[in-house]
This record gives sequence, C-alpha cells and structure tokens, in this order.
Amino acid sequence: MKQILKRLGLLAATLLLVTVLAFVAFSILPGDPTNSILGLNATPEQTAALRERLGLDLPLWQRYLNWLGGLLTGQLGQSYLYEMPVSQLLGSRVAVTATLTAMSFGLIVAISLPLGILAARHAGGWIDRVVSVLGQVTMSIPNFLLGFLLTCLFSLILRWFTVGSFSAAAEQGLGAYLGYLFFPALSIALPRAAMTVKLLRGAILGEMGQDYIRTAYSRGNSKGRVLWRFALRNAMIPVITFLAMTVADVVAGSLVVEQVFAVQGIGQMLVSSINSRDYPVVQAIVALIAVVVVASNFAADALYRVMDPRLRQR
Amino acid sequence: MPKKFKRALLLLVAAAVLPASLYGCTGGTEPSPTPTATAQSGEPSYGGSVTVGIAQELDSLDPHRAVSAGVGEVLFNVFEGLVKASSDGEVREAVASDYQISEDGLTYTFTLREGVTFHNGDPVTVEDVVYSLERCAGSENDGTALITAFSNVTQVRAVDERHVELTLAQPSLEFLYALTAAIIPAGSGDTIAQTPVGTGPFQFVSYAPQDSLVIQRYEGYWGQRPYLDEVRFRIITNSDTLVMSLQSGALDMAIHVPTTQITQLEGQFQVVEDTMKLVQALYLNNDVAPFDDVRVRQALCYAIDVGQIIEFVGDGAGVPVGTSMYPAFEKYHMEELAEAYPTDQELARQLLAEAGYPDGFTMEITVPSNYTQHVQTAELIAEQLSQVGITANLVPVDWSTWVNQVYEGRQFQSTVCGVAASDMTAREMVIRYVSDYEDNFINFQDDGYDQAVAQAGSTLDEQEQEQLYKQALTILSEQAASVWLQDLCDLTVLEPGLDGLELYRTYVLDMSTIYYSA
Repeated sequence: MKQILKRLGLLAATLLLVTVLAFVAFSILPGDPTNSILGLNATPEQTAALRERLGLDLPLWQRYLNWLGGLLTGQLGQSYLYEMPVSQLLGSRVAVTATLTAMSFGLIVAISLPLGILAARHAGGWIDRVVSVLGQVTMSIPNFLLGFLLTCLFSLILRWFTVGSFSAAAEQGLGAYLGYLFFPALSIALPRAAMTVKLLRGAILGEMGQDYIRTAYSRGNSKGRVLWRFALRNAMIPVITFLAMTVADVVAGSLVVEQVFAVQGIGQMLVSSINSRDYPVVQAIVALIAVVVVASNFAADALYRVMDPRLRQR
Repeated sequence: MPKKFKRALLLLVAAAVLPASLYGCTGGTEPSPTPTATAQSGEPSYGGSVTVGIAQELDSLDPHRAVSAGVGEVLFNVFEGLVKASSDGEVREAVASDYQISEDGLTYTFTLREGVTFHNGDPVTVEDVVYSLERCAGSENDGTALITAFSNVTQVRAVDERHVELTLAQPSLEFLYALTAAIIPAGSGDTIAQTPVGTGPFQFVSYAPQDSLVIQRYEGYWGQRPYLDEVRFRIITNSDTLVMSLQSGALDMAIHVPTTQITQLEGQFQVVEDTMKLVQALYLNNDVAPFDDVRVRQALCYAIDVGQIIEFVGDGAGVPVGTSMYPAFEKYHMEELAEAYPTDQELARQLLAEAGYPDGFTMEITVPSNYTQHVQTAELIAEQLSQVGITANLVPVDWSTWVNQVYEGRQFQSTVCGVAASDMTAREMVIRYVSDYEDNFINFQDDGYDQAVAQAGSTLDEQEQEQLYKQALTILSEQAASVWLQDLCDLTVLEPGLDGLELYRTYVLDMSTIYYSA
C-alpha cells in the first residue's frame, strides 16, 4: 500500500514537472500567439488588448497556476486560434488517436508474441531465419516511410482503402472507421513488433540455457511444456518492460503517421498548435501524452510485481 | 491606421498561406498568368459534388477578420461585397447593382441590387450594408479598422431604402477594391465565424477545424447558378498525402500542389499552371551593415543568378520580377527591371572592393524553414555568393519565430521569403517600402520613393498614378533595396472531366464556374 502511494506521488510529480517544462519551453521560444490571430499588421494597441484578453500579460508562474487550477477542475481552457474550448476541439481527436494507439499496441502484441515464441522454439531452423530477416528489414524502416509504402501498396495498388477519406469513413460506421485505422496502425506496429520479436526470442533462448530448465527436462517435461511453463514466464519480464516503453513510442508514432494517412487525431493538432503558439491546446496535449506514458510505466511496474514474486517482498 | 484583413494577406504570403512545399513548376514558362478558362472539353452539366484538397488550415471564418489568404480563397464562394473580384483583375457589381463616385473621389453611392438574399433567406437591406461596412471600419473593434483600407472611411450612411453612401477622408483610386469586403447580416458579427451567412453562390454547411469545410449551392443566389451541388474542402497539410489522396480518388481536385510531386499526377489529371502572385526575394535589412551601402546591395544583385534559381527551384517555371511587383499586375509589371542586373561576378567583386570589402564578408540569411522553396533558394544563393567571396550562413527558423524576429522585430541581416498583396491593389506592393511605413521590414529609406508613392496615393489620374508607381518600382531596382527574385509557380490539379476553372489575379478559388462535363 505504502509502495503504491509512493508510486502515485512520483507519478503526480512527474506530470507536474512535464507541464512546467512545457510551459517554460514555450515562454522561451520566440513567436507569439497574437501573430497567428491578428496577422502581421496588427497595431501594438491591438496586440496589447489581445494579450490582456488571453491573459498573456500575466507573469509566467501565474499563468501556470491558472492553467493548473483549471486542469484540476476539469477546465482545459479556450483555444486562442479557434476560439472554442480545448476539450471540444480535442474531444473526437483524442478518441481517434486512442483507437489508433490501442490498435497499434494490440498489433504489436498479436504479431510479436507468436512469432517470437515460434522463432525461439525453432531456433536455427528456416522459420527462425525468415522471421529474423523480415524483422531486420522492418526494423530499419522509419514508421512514416513505412506509412507511405503501405499507402502505395494498399491504397493505390490494391485499393483496399482510400487514403485521404478518413472523415468520410468515420461517418460510415465503426467498421469503416476501424478498417481505415488498421493501415496506419500497421505502419506504427510493424517496426516495433520486429524489435519485440527479436527481444523475446533472445530472452527465451537465454532462459533455455539456465539450470532450472535442465532440471525441468530431467523431470520428464516435454520441450513445449518447458518453454511455456518455465522459460516463457521468466523471459516475459524484459519483454514487458520493453512493451511499456513501447507505449510512448507508439504514441509518438501515431502523431507522425496520422499526418501521412490524413487521420484527424491529435498529431496534426499538436503540430499546428505549436506553430501557431496556441498554448492551451499544446499544454493539454502534452499533459495528456505525459499521463499516458507515465501511467503505462506505472502499469509495467505493477505487472512485474505480479510476475516476479521476489519483487513483491521488497 | 492598422489593418486586419489585409494585414494578413498581404503578407508574406507564403506565410500563413500557402503549403509549405510549393516549389515552382514543371512544364512551360508562361510569362504571365492568363486569366482564361483553362480546360474546355465537354458541355457543362449541373449537379455533382467535388472534394477539393487544400493544404492550409483555416484560421477564422469571419470574413472581416480572417488572417490568411487561404481563408479568403475559400470564403470567396460564400461571401460577396458590394462589388466582387472578377477573373480579369477588375471588380464587378455584386450586392450593389450600380455605383457612382463623385468628382472629387470622396463620395461613393451604391444602389443595392434587387432580389439579393442572405443564405438564411432574408433580403439584403441597407441596414445590413451599413452594418457590414461600419464593422470593416472598426465599429466592433474599438474603432480600429478590420480592413486597412477602411481606415480612410469617415462616414457610412443609408440614403434611402436602396442607396448607401460612403465618404472617404482622402480620395483613392483603389478604394473600390476594398469594397469586395463581405456584406453580412446586421448584428451577426459575434456569430459569423461559427455560422458564416453571406450572399454568395454557395452556402455554409459545416466546418471541422483542420479537417473539412463543406458548402452547398445556394438556390436563392441572385447571379449565375453554380453547377455543383456541393463542395467539400478537405484540409491535408502533408503534401505527399495530398497527392496520394488525389491518386486514391479521395480528392477530385487540389490547389497549390507542389511541383516535386506533379510528375506522378501528369497523365491521370489535368494540371493548370499559374503563378503564386508574390514576390520572392532575398530581402536585405537596409539599416544593417554591410547592407546600408547601396554598392554592397548592388554587388549582391550582380552576384546572384536569378535564372539559375528559377531553373533549380521551380524547374524554370517561375517568372523573374526585378522589383516589388509581380506579373499579374500587368499594368505595373516592368520586364526590363528583371534584367537590370545581369549576372556579373567581376562587377560584383569590384563593387564590393569599392565599398571596402575586397575580401567579401560573412552574412546571415534567415529562412522560414517550413517553406521548402525559400530554403532551397537560400541554399543556392549561399553557393552563388561564395563565388564572390561572401560567406552566407543559413539560419532556419520556424514561421512564428520568423514573424516575430524578422518581420516585426526587424532583427535580421537578410531573409528569403515571399511578399504578396492582400487586396487586388498594386499599392500594397509599393507602400510597404515607404520610409516610415509600419511594414517596411527591410528599413528602406529613399525620399524620392516616399514622394512618388505619396503622390500616387492621392492622384485621381490613372495614368499619372501608373507613371508614379513605375517610378517608385524603378527606384527599388536602382537602389537594390533587396535582391528581387521571382514570382513562384503555382499548380492546380483537377481530375479529368472536371472543367471550368477560372484563374484570378488574386487569392480566389471560384467554385461556381466548375462543372463536370457531360
């Protein structure tokens, strides 16, 4: 219990730190939101009036506290540029990015666990070699490039989906919506899945050389049983750590890949809000991403404790 | 007095406006854009909907407040002024059916057209017109004009049920262009950005920021009935995705398509070539050494090979400008100025030596990094300058930083960017270099220039005005106020069967003339 409270405290502190850093970073950056709202020829009086209206004339710490206060009461503020509540602006987009992230993560797990186990089981065999070569290739392609390649193949040649028609697909129902998102999810998942396969294979093979495995064999267990009951359990620990770190990577990947597939998620919004210095939107997205990343690390930690009894005693 | 609308547009257009990677174009070198209908194959047919890919986000749908030219381009279909732009570069009557300008050029009297209605069905009344014009002049903005030209307006009043009279402080030959400003329902200022209601051929249906804007044919339109039932503007900022979306069939048409990708589309699509209507230049801060010396500025002009830049950055399809005017303003375009500084490295070295820099110097070129064509131009310039002993270092900055430091702060040595006119007036392209003008970001100072521009602004004789502007433009060349480069190439892509596109000399995408040929 004490452990958990300590962890939660750490989590809150991390989040605070991230949002403070984001605030400070943007105050150091040159550029001003009034430029994107008023354009280039605004008079100093107009600019001053707008700064006052937006609360930009307040000192940095006060702006931060106001923002934080709003956050705690569920108010994300108002977008400077679009003049609508940030929550309204982000609402549907968060759902899109969350779906995309979840699908990508699901694909990573669905692809890498069976392949990793298969490759380890047949280490040195032809399956292992094919998986390893394919993995090397996929790993070395950045996800945005993979996105373009997949689009060319599935949209322009095979015509399985129509790139650029995401919002139309979204109107057609859940099937079309998920069908469109499958392709960006695949381009986010593949490189990371390849890494996971490699890691899992290595971890299983590492465990298979241990003394306790020899003992298990000598007690008459079959190879399959040894692998599933004994080796895999221990091999999963580094894999889970890796998967937890992958969450951050998947989120970052979706921000990039969304633009390649013209998916209206938070990626596009983040980039354009940074360019127009639309701070409330940027802050909300940064905070959201921080929550996801910190929470996934927290979850990984908790999972260790479940999987490895030794950690529980500490 | 300030401005709002223009402010934006005017701007370095490239600025808030066009897709980041507009380059030049492939294909022929048409010296000036020809405003004619481009492709004519079949008979026009009514009906159908078109999805148009646009690369820039829309900042505000309030026609009087929108900052970027990209918004005006799209809203042209929804809103109309007393007059509206036509493809020949002139203005035509729209909400007004007739107008009279008094002898002294100070009083404009407009007769409202019969039967013009807003998209909500209400007829346009003199109250609506007075309200709209007063709003442009700043009635809802603490008296600061929302559209710069309206700072010249002293009074707007309804004469009777059909006539509106507008009084100016100073006569201006160009004020009529400002009256393309949208007429909106009286009192709708607070809601117009959320629910745009105008009198144009299309009416607003829906808008999702950074996603799409949908408009449909307005059945009650007073003028020529548009062909299409519905137009969807889809915002796709990534230029590769924009092109793939055309290929996949998600888009029927796209504007400002980068040249780099155009080869992939040729054959399958119609590609219409135009210029971007801006002046790309190596803008020099005339206040900062060594550019405070005219000999150094001229040396740069001789050292930089504009032809090579056009060839390299636009596949030869840009148009050299030679001064702060682009070819779409045919009246003021002076081709001879584009040849004022033939590339001559010897002469450049000699001028540098005279100015006290026999061994050259080191300079900085600040470039907005989101505009590929400006970055590439700057790289090429750096290479060319190295031939005469000048070391040019590129400083890439993001757009917001550029605006803050270069355009407003004037903290720069030199920069490559594009400058455009927000309205349809050539004045906008020259007034900015008047010594004390607030947007004279290059700190150009010349008494003769100031005088010529001031006189041109107040004369009522069109020929005299033309002469004065040309005189001013020649001074910009002689004084080498900056190294004037080119008007970049601009491409529109349409799927086969989609015809009727008309090119304008200003930022307008007129969807009302577009049709599917039967």
